[in-house]
Amino acid sequence: MSFLRAENLTGGYGGPPILNGCTIEVDRGRIAVIVGPNGAGKSTAMKAVLGMLRLTSGRVMLDGRDITALPPQARIRAGMGFVPQTENVFPTLTVFENLQMGALLRKDAIGDTLDEIFALFPILADKRHQPAGQLSGGQRQQLAVGRALMTRPSVLLLDEPTAGVSPNVMDELFDKITRIAAQGLAVLMVEQNAAGALEIADTGFVLVQGANRFTGTGRELLADPDTRRSFLGGRA
Amino acid sequence: MTDILNGLVHLTSMLILPGLAYGSQLALGALGVTLIFGVLRFSSFAHAEGLSLGTALTILITLWLQGMGVSLGVLPTALLGMLLAMPLLALVFIGTDRALYRHFRRINARPEVFMIVSAGVMLIMNGVIRLVIGTDGRDFEDGERFIVTARGFRDWSGLAEPLVLKTSQMLTIGLAVLAMACLFRFLNRTRAGRSMRAYADNRNLALLSGVDPDRIVRLTWVLVAVLSVLAGVLFGLDKGYRPFVYQQLLLPMFAAAVVGGLGSPVGAVVGSMIVAFSELALTFAWKKALTYLLPAGLAPDGMMQLLSTEYKFAVSFLILVIVLLVRPAGLYGKAAR
Repeated sequence: MSFLRAENLTGGYGGPPILNGCTIEVDRGRIAVIVGPNGAGKSTAMKAVLGMLRLTSGRVMLDGRDITALPPQARIRAGMGFVPQTENVFPTLTVFENLQMGALLRKDAIGDTLDEIFALFPILADKRHQPAGQLSGGQRQQLAVGRALMTRPSVLLLDEPTAGVSPNVMDELFDKITRIAAQGLAVLMVEQNAAGALEIADTGFVLVQGANRFTGTGRELLADPDTRRSFLGGRA
Repeated sequence: MTDILNGLVHLTSMLILPGLAYGSQLALGALGVTLIFGVLRFSSFAHAEGLSLGTALTILITLWLQGMGVSLGVLPTALLGMLLAMPLLALVFIGTDRALYRHFRRINARPEVFMIVSAGVMLIMNGVIRLVIGTDGRDFEDGERFIVTARGFRDWSGLAEPLVLKTSQMLTIGLAVLAMACLFRFLNRTRAGRSMRAYADNRNLALLSGVDPDRIVRLTWVLVAVLSVLAGVLFGLDKGYRPFVYQQLLLPMFAAAVVGGLGSPVGAVVGSMIVAFSELALTFAWKKALTYLLPAGLAPDGMMQLLSTEYKFAVSFLILVIVLLVRPAGLYGKAAR
């Protein structure tokens, strides 16, 4: 079984179910991307993995342990790092303080982790004393990822990390995400920029109406004319 | 030369020292307003009554201490009473939160609902204060009242104008600076303070990061209680305790917090000084100062007082209206950043 496996997820926000039995999984060192049309339940699936959603059925397994009953905070303690799509930094806190807040759950010294994050995102080291609200969109996303990495998670969940950033910055972010995965983390992300994300993905999950439609490696999905036409911007 | 010195001494004694003291008192109050707004996200109409209740408790404790023969010598005994009143007021605030505000936080009520609830709290506290200590004014300053007396200064300097420095003014300015330094250090340098600012900044992300919301709320009320007792007692030592006067502090405190930008502690301090000095300068009779400082031919005939002192609240109100029209986020507010 994969390191992180969310299977048969069913549920929603109290109204009609948004997820209808989808299954998503990813191993350490791999990148999985959830793509699909608007309203397919991509972000909702990720929220379910994090425990921000009441499931009517299905379960979430992390490293062989059933964490379905855990609230989001406990899942973060168990090794999940989460980068929300918006409002993912503390704007009046400095870059450094944002990273410190990311490590709030840790009781040990955080110096080594800080060094790793500054090595991965050198811009954060330069701007460490600036309020996060003054960063550009791309820098802010890097800070948000850095903040999530402060707990030294084994799984990184990214909700549309490239939303609203320029194409250059997008490529840079994807490059960093590849490097993060290479360090042995399981990376799961939801992406609107499906084509770009599938380039770096080991696995792509195409969701339609809260259920799995296609699953394959990123290359397979990119090569498949059906998927391309339906979900990747129609440039078949 | 003597004229200029006389003029400066007159201004220092009658405008600058009282302004700094009043500004410090407002700042301690406005910091409470801005903390509640920043962390708990509502405007507490009960804030002035909190100052009043804190002062009333201090007075009762001080009377009890004095009855037991406790005294601080040249310093007012209320400084000791104040330390005991702080935890009591914190308990009152936390109790109020448990009984009322917590419920509305749980159902995710809008800020306006909280505001109305706080208006109810204001009325209740107002009644409790009347029951506990009555509505009469009280003077509770003991110890040495002046550091520099009018006669002492005149004899020493030979100037016609006296410089007066009251113990309460000196205490106010000193304790306010100390309290603010501690507060800013706490907010910026400690883990709990950082968590508090993070919670104010982005509640959801703070919760995900592992911040305990109940602890932050309790901590906020404790800080607000300490600041309220300080503000109320220092104001009372300076000008006497009158429940009705304390009620009227709500407007200048809010004006100060809004001028600085609600939610910004630095803004609250700067805003308080702006409000305090505007209020005093516009209701100050400038005749004497101008007579000293201007060439003889230009000395004014009238009082040179722009507004009668009864209109001092109009000044706060005017400042509030102007800021809301021109720069609603205030000097250090979020939108201005």
